[in-house]
Amino acid sequence: MNKETNEFDVIIIGGGITGAGTARDCAMRGLRVLLLERFDYTNGATGRNHGLLHSGARYAVTDKESATECIEENMILRRVARHCVDETDGLFITLPEDDLGYQKTFVDACRAAGIRADIIDPAEARLLEPSVNPTLIGAVRIPDASIDPFRLTMANLVDAQLHGAVALNYHEVTDLVIENGRVLGVKATDLHTGQQKEFRAAVTINACGIWGMLIARKAGITINMFPAKGALLIFGHRVNQMVINRCRKPANADILVPDDTVCVIGTTSDRVPIETVDDMRVADEEVNILLTEGEKLAPALASTRILRAYAGVRPLVASDDDPSGRSISRGIVCLDHESRDGMAGFITITGGKMMTYRLMAQEATDLACRKLNVNKACATATTPLPGSEENSVSQQEPRSFAVKAAQGRHGTMADKIDADTPLDRALVCECEGVSVGEIRYASQQLHVHNLMNLRRRTRTGMGTCQGKLCACRAANLLGKYNHDAKLAQADLAKFLGERWKGVKPIAWGSALREAQLTATVYQRLCGLDKAVARKEGEQ
Amino acid sequence: MAATTQTTFASANNFEQCLKCSICTVYCPVAAVTTAYPGPKQAGPDGERYRLKDPKFYDEALKLCLNCKRCEVACPSEVRIGDIIQRARMQHPQRPKLRDVLLANTDVMGTMATSMAPVVNLTLGMKPVKAVMNATLGIDKHRTFPAYASQKFETWYRRHAAQTQESFSKHVSYFHGCYVNYNYPQLGKDLVTVMNALGYGVHLLEKEKCCGVALMANGMHEQAKRQGETNMQSMRKSINELKRPIITTSSTCTFTMRDEYDHVLGIDNRDVRDHLSLAARFIYQLIDNGEVKLAFDPNFKMRVAYHTACHMQRMGWAIFSTQLLRMIPGLELIELESQCCGIAGTYGFKKENYENSQAIGAGLFQAIKEADPQYVATDCETCKWQIEMSTGVPVLNPISILAQALDVEKTKQLNQN
Repeated sequence: MNKETNEFDVIIIGGGITGAGTARDCAMRGLRVLLLERFDYTNGATGRNHGLLHSGARYAVTDKESATECIEENMILRRVARHCVDETDGLFITLPEDDLGYQKTFVDACRAAGIRADIIDPAEARLLEPSVNPTLIGAVRIPDASIDPFRLTMANLVDAQLHGAVALNYHEVTDLVIENGRVLGVKATDLHTGQQKEFRAAVTINACGIWGMLIARKAGITINMFPAKGALLIFGHRVNQMVINRCRKPANADILVPDDTVCVIGTTSDRVPIETVDDMRVADEEVNILLTEGEKLAPALASTRILRAYAGVRPLVASDDDPSGRSISRGIVCLDHESRDGMAGFITITGGKMMTYRLMAQEATDLACRKLNVNKACATATTPLPGSEENSVSQQEPRSFAVKAAQGRHGTMADKIDADTPLDRALVCECEGVSVGEIRYASQQLHVHNLMNLRRRTRTGMGTCQGKLCACRAANLLGKYNHDAKLAQADLAKFLGERWKGVKPIAWGSALREAQLTATVYQRLCGLDKAVARKEGEQ
Repeated sequence: MAATTQTTFASANNFEQCLKCSICTVYCPVAAVTTAYPGPKQAGPDGERYRLKDPKFYDEALKLCLNCKRCEVACPSEVRIGDIIQRARMQHPQRPKLRDVLLANTDVMGTMATSMAPVVNLTLGMKPVKAVMNATLGIDKHRTFPAYASQKFETWYRRHAAQTQESFSKHVSYFHGCYVNYNYPQLGKDLVTVMNALGYGVHLLEKEKCCGVALMANGMHEQAKRQGETNMQSMRKSINELKRPIITTSSTCTFTMRDEYDHVLGIDNRDVRDHLSLAARFIYQLIDNGEVKLAFDPNFKMRVAYHTACHMQRMGWAIFSTQLLRMIPGLELIELESQCCGIAGTYGFKKENYENSQAIGAGLFQAIKEADPQYVATDCETCKWQIEMSTGVPVLNPISILAQALDVEKTKQLNQN
């Protein structure tokens, strides 16, 4: 497809997992697709959650519909997104302070929703998961797993592009083009160049999570959404190999998920004003709650180094007949604004969970196809994502730690990473085993403009040094690829600032010492802050 | 939140305390000579995070680690990097090669060899035999096995020393190690001479097994652990029932039993550790406390260069040996810069490691040549083989030098009370 065109069948606003999944589904059904993302893909709630492949057990008692959706999608994603999924299994544990009677209610509800739930002896649970609180009095094994949202989103985008879709990040939608009660397209600004652009399509899909309520306002439409902040803590290494949940009514900090090299405890849940959602900060009180509850799941957390704290915003949607928001659903909300608000050519897909993104994409795409009179069935439940094809284990002989790590991140796509020369194989990020070859691949193929993009595509800077060793090396490479050293320097300073933002709420012990060493290296030794300030002064 | 939450941090061998400063890699002798080894930071704390995620991230390159522990000496955050690597190797056991079994079972080999020492020494020294071992076993042809003694130290001790030891008023137990027993009983005899002169009776442990360092280096951790438990049991008896502290003349055996038993093999040695010391340190401390005095032969003259073995560096004990040597009036001491000689026990005997082994030691060999001493002194027997092979300069343990330099009769008189 000619990238210069501005005519499409579908414009999707939002580069989170919902938007990426919808772009893939639409493109696979033969639609001409444009996806626009304001900042970076996965910048919103997609990149700020647990990374939990829910079995649905958590919702079984309170929301059977969500639970059923979860377990179905869980099984689908294990097949089609295998390189993004770590099949860890999970436990729901009952502690002495919990009501063991709830276990039966829970297991019955799981089974009713089609979720395998096996009650196991607490002793067996301790053997299966040695980090679990040894005082547990009950345990249920369920098919939870962990999933990497960054990989999942990129795999969807890569496949959408393979099917002809155009995806642009750093393109902010400033307005909707509306004529005679119909959305005809969008106006957008390229945030890198400042250039104003207009794109046209018969259908525009609003897939912006919580920001979707702001997009809808541009069409004069009200969607009753409640931003709910959830804070999480990342620990320095895997304490647990299985997901650990509390077997009780869902509450704060009752899920511990092993994600790649780390583990994540969360979450809290607090309503926040929509005005604050672009700059979420984790408060001390939230850290306290997460630690207090977290160490009940796995006591080792009390003496394990924390890497950083972060927070995301759930897009909770109130049903239309309840604008007060008392009956909030976590179910999928697919709004046809033509029937609901008399605004043709406009769809909002929101609510739901990362877990159910594929189903959300399917619903939105089905609706778009009806509007476009396209009759083609959804195939995303059976077609593996790029990287997850059969024989997903790459044929490439794993030569090194970095090659093995890259195969874990990119599945079969890792074969595209150069590893022929010693320079290709040289490590940029030592904590996470990211090679020069992988950085080059990501920067050329995966929409990388800056270090933050690179981090999400490759885990560069996500390890325990939080960018100390790798950030300057990666900035050097990006500076070379983009032929702009000044930009790379400013990007480096920004990236290190962003890393510090996450460390600050938990800045004690080794994390603080690490941050101090980083500051010494970059500021005192290299004068990065002064260099950047000087450049800003010149401009 | 409990009062202790996030106030203390516990991770296996402190791997989480790593600040990624990379100083360990700068001090790693292996990383300095080959790119095949990723260095201690990568092999240790970095790799550990990945191995916790999935054991498949174990990297064969970890076998290139010498276990010199110089990374641990360099680390400002007390990360036991060498121990992390040792444990990772232990947790990924592979069936050891025949060669490794032969090299690692120092006491079995020693028992067999000492009974036929002249034949064995002659045979192992022959070029065709070396060529065959090089080709079939992968033992490098440049290496000659240390000569086996025709009489074990233990046999000598029972025949010539045991009877007189009870006559002393103070006593120590002596962990002689495989090298003294099978290859170089003279060092053991020197130790008995020196300690007797100081007024101490020297006794063997009820049961002594190889400390296990070679077994650990070659993947035979279960056997190492069994032998370690036996040694600890004998030492406990020596300490608790017989009230005899234990001294040694090998820095590596000492380090293994004091530190690696706990950190790598998981043997609880807390009650033994403080009672187990290198003879040089033990004697230095006696002198320092005014408990014993030395008298030297006025005619003794020797020019000695002291080499700090890696495990001496790790324990921080080289100072005891050099200070002891400095007490000898006729001895001119040159302290060589502390660096690895490259042998690391059985490591350097392996064909695949020979080149690295010699490249690592090159700086030390050069320094010795420039110092031009009569003898090199060191507390490690495997450093001795390497330095003698690579420089031609004879190597002595400080205890042997002390035995030569002492006026034994005068010293005895000084310490009679």
